[in-house]
Amino acid sequence: MKPSIYNTLTRLENYGHSHHAPSFLFQPQNVAEIEKAFETARKQGLTITLRGAGKSYNDAALNGGGIVLDLQGMNRILEWDPASGLIKVEPGVTIHQLWQHVLPDGWWPPVVSGTMTTTLGGCLGMNIHGKNNFRMGTIGEHVIEFTVLLPTGLEIVCGPKKNGDLFRAMIGGLGMLGVFTTITLQMKRTHSGLLTVRAWNVPHLRSHLDEIETGASEHDYFVGWLDATARGRGLGRGQLHAADYLHEGDDPAAARTLQIDYQTLPSTFFGLMPKSLLHYFMAPFMNNLGTWGVNTAKYYMGSRAKTYRQAHAAFHFLLDYIPDWELAYGRSGLIQYQSFLPRATALEAWTEMLALSQRRGLPSYLGVTKRHRPDKFLLTHAVDGFSLALDFKVTGRNRTRLAGLLQDFDRIVVDAGGRFYFAKNSETTAATARLFLGQDVVTRFKALKRRCDPKNLLESDLYRRVFGE
Amino acid sequence: MSKSTYPLPSRGTPLAPRRKAILVGASSGIGAALAHKLTRQGYTVALLARRADLLQALADEINHQHNEQRARIYVHDVLDHQAVPTLLNRILTDLGGLDLVIYNAGVNLPPEKGSTNVETDCQMAAVNYQGALAWLNPVATLFESLGAGQIVGISSVAGDRGRAGNPGYTSSKAALSCYLEALRNRLSSAGVHVLTVKPGFVDTEMLKAAKRAFWVIPPEKAAGDIYKAIQRRKQTIYTSARWGLVMLILRHIPSFVFRRLKFLA
Repeated sequence: MKPSIYNTLTRLENYGHSHHAPSFLFQPQNVAEIEKAFETARKQGLTITLRGAGKSYNDAALNGGGIVLDLQGMNRILEWDPASGLIKVEPGVTIHQLWQHVLPDGWWPPVVSGTMTTTLGGCLGMNIHGKNNFRMGTIGEHVIEFTVLLPTGLEIVCGPKKNGDLFRAMIGGLGMLGVFTTITLQMKRTHSGLLTVRAWNVPHLRSHLDEIETGASEHDYFVGWLDATARGRGLGRGQLHAADYLHEGDDPAAARTLQIDYQTLPSTFFGLMPKSLLHYFMAPFMNNLGTWGVNTAKYYMGSRAKTYRQAHAAFHFLLDYIPDWELAYGRSGLIQYQSFLPRATALEAWTEMLALSQRRGLPSYLGVTKRHRPDKFLLTHAVDGFSLALDFKVTGRNRTRLAGLLQDFDRIVVDAGGRFYFAKNSETTAATARLFLGQDVVTRFKALKRRCDPKNLLESDLYRRVFGE
Repeated sequence: MSKSTYPLPSRGTPLAPRRKAILVGASSGIGAALAHKLTRQGYTVALLARRADLLQALADEINHQHNEQRARIYVHDVLDHQAVPTLLNRILTDLGGLDLVIYNAGVNLPPEKGSTNVETDCQMAAVNYQGALAWLNPVATLFESLGAGQIVGISSVAGDRGRAGNPGYTSSKAALSCYLEALRNRLSSAGVHVLTVKPGFVDTEMLKAAKRAFWVIPPEKAAGDIYKAIQRRKQTIYTSARWGLVMLILRHIPSFVFRRLKFLA
């Protein structure tokens, strides 16, 4: 297992292909092999970063010059009880595996990400949220217990009431305290494979946020698309999607819609063009003018509100709808900037940010809004308010300007009492992290880190960036 | 390995990463000037050379200037080929990645009258050329698999023609230039940039070996030219640039004429 540059240094990238780092890649199949990796790291003076599917938009699963432990090989579903909806899995199990396993029995994961390719270990490490965060919270709130292997070699069990401090720190702990070895989750009952979806337009940011707030209290899922290229009075306009579970008996064909093949996304577009080619056709529109055109067309085409039924998978996994969509952003990829703001300050702060990005000629090509509620996890990103995720195309020429824009965003968000999400933003500095988390939280997290990982074996590029001295 | 009281530099952010470089042959001359130039531009660098005291003093000066550990030192003799893979791994881990490798190790041992000069010529071949093979072969493999990276070799105008004055030196640099061209041809499709630098007379220790020198430039000027060429991803540069024109003419003089031009050879 001795790392040598000839055979094991591997280029690893983030989800957006905007950043890469060379690492010694280890792919353990079981706990014993994880222990072996820790031993190698200790002997060679290397650090270890945990990696699932590598779907973080930043440097969370990268470790330049160190070991990356790719846990995708540990992907067995260990126990499933269709009566109680409890499932016990290894950390490399993906959301894809999870929903396909439980849906035919009438269950659905309580919280899912926008792509189903993520692993549960990664989902817990980042404490992901979905389009139902205001109602169901983060995925961590549905974890019954997990076992975790500490770098010290100790394997312990944590639950909300067992080692509660570690439980609340390891969920959302960026994989910096230990390696999840098994995870037990509670699934949610569903009576149909379909959701009722309603879509309608909102003309500007004020109504956008007002309607998310009122709409969220009435629906199970709520998500908004924001046209970040619209200026002036139309700034912050977009389209909202609200979705609801069907009640028992609402879907006469429930036995059919709960089947996996009913949910599976079609692999061709208009029944003809393979979807895997679609990103090539999107690429020419991935510039300021092209995106403005596409967004404007999308906005006016959606001006008539509509209601329809849609399969769970189609509604939730929008990012999987177009395979490799991120390649449309070109060679230098994309980054995503997500800010979480309290209800009171969101309108003013985002108005300022959207206008600033447009003035600098760096408009976001995709904006997504959601409604959130606070949670009890240590490194939480949640607030009682909203989030806005903005995708930016990275090019060789705009890198420096974009980094500057995002630093300005950080100041606006921190001043407005906002927070950030560690699986997305790539430019948050240690100083900014201390400001929004609070010195007290940083101190507590580092104390737990010393307890679980006294030799600092677990480190990632992200950790060094936001928790470095 | 250097022990330093200065804080480690941050690795930057994904959009504005700190770049990392290895400088082989860093203790004096162009190497030392490049160390200053690169660290001023925000690079963190691994400095390699035989002479530990010079290396330490250089690193101390740089780290003191920036008040962080931008330079780390590794005492290394380029004749020790066996040590390279392990050392390269070590540096990669210490720096947290690698963007640029500059091979600057070089000696010029003028031939002595009444000697066959076998030993000195072989030593020049070993340092100037074989050392480059030992370093740049593994680096090329690494950069090729990563699909990124920049390689710079410091060759010489002397390598452009076989010159009567110092056959050992001129041929070692010719071999290096040819090797770098080959690397470029092999790696460019993988997104790896290879730069050949051909300095004329530079005011360094090596200048002592020159019988007569003109158009002498300070090493800082050479380092500035090299840095610019790295940024612009040039193939080959002469420093100073006027040597480009001179060598263009010299390269086209037929051999039977060239050997009669005693003042050039």
